[in-house]
Amino acid sequence: MPDRPPQVITLGHGSGGRLTGELVRDVFLPHLSNPRLDALGDAAWLPRVEGRLAMTTDGFVVSPRVFPGGDIGCLAVYGTVNDLAVGGSVPLALSASFLLEEGLPIDELKGFAASMGAAARRCGVEVVTGDTKVVERGHGDGVFVCTAGVGRLRDLPPTGVASVELSDEVVVSGPVGDHGGVIAALRNGLDPGALRSDCGPVLALVDALYAAGVRPRFLRDPTRGGLATVLAEFAKEAGRTVDLREADLPVRDEVHAVCDLLGLDPLYLACEGRVVAVVPGGQGAAAAAAFACVPEGKGAAVIGLVVPRESGPVALSTRYGGRRLYDTPTSEPLPRIC
Amino acid sequence: MADALAAFRDPARVQSLAADIRALQPGRPVRLMHVCGTHENALCQFGLRDLLPLWLTLVAGPGCPVCVCPASDLDQAVRLALVPGVVLATFGDVVRVPARTSLADARARGGDVRVVYGAADAVALARAMPDRQVVFFGVGFETTACTTAAALLADPPPNFSVLCSHRLVPPALDALLGLPGVAPEGFLLPGHVITVTGLSAYRDLAARRPIPMAVGGFEPVDLLLAIRDLAEQVARGRPRVGNDYGRAVRDAGNPAALAAMDAVFEARDSAWRGIGTIPVSGLGLRGAFGDRDAAARFGVAPDPDVADIAPGCRCGDVLLGRLSPEDCPLFATACTPDAPVGPCMVAFEGTCAARYRHRR
Repeated sequence: MPDRPPQVITLGHGSGGRLTGELVRDVFLPHLSNPRLDALGDAAWLPRVEGRLAMTTDGFVVSPRVFPGGDIGCLAVYGTVNDLAVGGSVPLALSASFLLEEGLPIDELKGFAASMGAAARRCGVEVVTGDTKVVERGHGDGVFVCTAGVGRLRDLPPTGVASVELSDEVVVSGPVGDHGGVIAALRNGLDPGALRSDCGPVLALVDALYAAGVRPRFLRDPTRGGLATVLAEFAKEAGRTVDLREADLPVRDEVHAVCDLLGLDPLYLACEGRVVAVVPGGQGAAAAAAFACVPEGKGAAVIGLVVPRESGPVALSTRYGGRRLYDTPTSEPLPRIC
Repeated sequence: MADALAAFRDPARVQSLAADIRALQPGRPVRLMHVCGTHENALCQFGLRDLLPLWLTLVAGPGCPVCVCPASDLDQAVRLALVPGVVLATFGDVVRVPARTSLADARARGGDVRVVYGAADAVALARAMPDRQVVFFGVGFETTACTTAAALLADPPPNFSVLCSHRLVPPALDALLGLPGVAPEGFLLPGHVITVTGLSAYRDLAARRPIPMAVGGFEPVDLLLAIRDLAEQVARGRPRVGNDYGRAVRDAGNPAALAAMDAVFEARDSAWRGIGTIPVSGLGLRGAFGDRDAAARFGVAPDPDVADIAPGCRCGDVLLGRLSPEDCPLFATACTPDAPVGPCMVAFEGTCAARYRHRR
């Protein structure tokens, strides 16, 4: 049966010929179909939009590709949608580019396409254009995904770091470090147990914040580098220190356990479905309550304050009355010797 | 695990121990030293130094295993990593430590450098890759040395070998006490190490050089129990070897671990980075394990031309507690965590790196 599709990705799937067409028709379109993508043009035409546009792009190389709570397919949608959302815009359309390694099982790729389609529908956004390339075996790690997105800027985006004032409050939408904790556990042969990645959309969280009448100064999704890195970058730019209270900081016991075993710090672990917001002083409780009103915001908390610049951009007041300082990390967190 | 640890993370208990320490009031400054990277990490993680009275300082001695690993050994590891077919496996925090170059540089230049959690992981790598040569770069004190020994005794596959750079704690304490102007008034002893070794070597040391010593664990309550013990010994002028980590440390240590180390290693005079050679302070493979010696297997001998410490770097004095990092001319200018010159700026718990984070 010469016409039977091969079960693994071959270099032919990247040739632009018949196999590429089959891949698009059999793997991607069933899950991502919409009029703009289905046209299969070189460029998708988007509807006319009132107002300013925002644009972002991100690459996804997560290993393992499938993990409790998600996979590289949905992560590639949420990552880009969330960057648009915390940048103060409402996502309109995405592009997706797949870099596939020769030998990748096609059923696995179908799973990622399905997961990507479901994530896009959950976010109310379409993947309107895409591309696939195939690299020789040994030249990739199964599959890398790059997505880009455009969104319409809100009328009142975050006011920006320049508007930050002392006593502004820092709010997080849920427990931190779940995604990084799951990935670290899996990479080191630990059973993550009930722990799942928080991989998910933050659009509803941002909408809830605005619906509650809270206009944030600063909004970010603490992905790579985690909460400590995002806040350290923010504090340096603002010329202030962020003073966090350990007792108020939501971190799951399972994440603490993974970190204790592997010598990692939860504050440097990636989140993939959380928002950290800096809001005007006195509006922290309202922001946390707004987050907690949507399912993605369970466990939201006011975790700290903006204070005058001290030693270190981020200071954590520990449960014991001491202080711990955080800065932007130098490199990928590496486990300690003992 | 969280439940088991709750009693050792009880804020009220911590506050009460801190109050006991503050009440001692010896009427003069007291300088204590720990010799353990994990102690430094725990002190930072829980913010415990802020709870100590101003008269009490707790400095980091040469206990960060990554910091005391000689540049010459690191250089051998780098050269081994670049031997075709070799996989160099080691602990994560060794990877960025600079010598002539670092293992991170070696990886970028095509060397296969893998981060593992211990020797057993490296043996598993060797079994999984029978056509490659896996070299485990064994760094660290007795805590990690016994695991290297256990791996070598468990009949690892023939493609597994070791670059051995393990060090022993008691000879270093002995040497510190012999250096004028360096010795602290008491040692906070490393709980993990002594879980392995037991207390006899420290009792011998105390018999020759009486100085307050106390074994500490790694939770806030453990640490403050040991610090209170030391402060009391200093205040009362009655030095002894206290064991404040009784739930892990036995007088005789871990006999199986000690037997494994004795079977595999012999103690040798060894170099400590920035400090110099300390008698019988390191471990080498016994003759029976000579075929597992990676340096011999691949003909990668130590290079006498490798500078142990870069010109201007004062890590040696910092490691001995003789110099504050801020007083090093390179601190925060030529030497930063992003571009470290000396080893103390690399590890998270390295004295210079910790001080860099705390600078204004």
